[in-house]
Amino acid sequence: MLITCPYCGPRDVIEFTYQGDGNRERPQPASQDIDAWNAYVYDRLNPAGDHNEIWQHSGGCRAHVRVVRNTLTHDISSTAFAHGGHKSAARHRTEAKS
Amino acid sequence: MVERQLPVRLSPLEPEYHPGSHGNFEQGVDVILSETRPGSILQLAAWPGEEKRLMSAIYKVAGLALPDGAGGGVANGVRAAFGFAPGKFTVVDEAEGLAAAFCGVVTPDVGTVTDLSHGRTAIRIAGPKAEWVLAKFFAIDFALTAFPVGAGRSTTHHDVFAQIQRSGGDQFDIYVFRSFARSFWKALCHASEEVGYEVQ
Repeated sequence: MLITCPYCGPRDVIEFTYQGDGNRERPQPASQDIDAWNAYVYDRLNPAGDHNEIWQHSGGCRAHVRVVRNTLTHDISSTAFAHGGHKSAARHRTEAKS
Repeated sequence: MVERQLPVRLSPLEPEYHPGSHGNFEQGVDVILSETRPGSILQLAAWPGEEKRLMSAIYKVAGLALPDGAGGGVANGVRAAFGFAPGKFTVVDEAEGLAAAFCGVVTPDVGTVTDLSHGRTAIRIAGPKAEWVLAKFFAIDFALTAFPVGAGRSTTHHDVFAQIQRSGGDQFDIYVFRSFARSFWKALCHASEEVGYEVQ
């Protein structure tokens, strides 16, 4: 499986570390809403189809990447930086120059 | 009066560094391996949004104009720089003392300077079969169109991190952890045997 890192381009999945479900929303640290914490820790959509995931390019640029992967086919339909902070620097993948 | 002694620079490759021709070199030497031993290897990181200012600082201090775009870099034989992650750059100089030169320019509101001169080992592979040999280690595209001269890449070899810069048409500089350098060097020598290699 190849994952296209927004910085490095397509790389083998072996360079990436799965960081979990990308749909979760962490409650505020001070929150005492037990149901929200329970949902954050335990509830998963487990879809048969497109799934939002967070991967880290741990064997490359170490950026966290938001990936949409189809759990039936492993097709990856989109990848993007999980954090947008560096996008202004045009530090995205180099397009091949002929 | 005691004369000031400069510390002797030791190479982690020393026990396995054997200058000369090796492997299947009867048909010619197709790769040349060497340790470049730069005096300074730095990691510069910009806070989000400060990347342009950091690139300006690299130009001001090292005289290297980095091209825009991921992994963009430049090498002039004495100094080299390349992006290896969003907002992060490796800057290398043959001379020591580059970190001190950057410290006054890369201010805390721009980013950080980390001196890795003693933490990384720089290995150069050059020659017509350099791409061929490196392709045995790293699952990235080494073709000149995908990996232009000056560009840098972050990748792994057997889960061990490495940075690679293409410093010439058929020349690559590989920056590996010092503690893994001898292991990587031995593997690189083994992988180069079939094409014939010379250690300089």
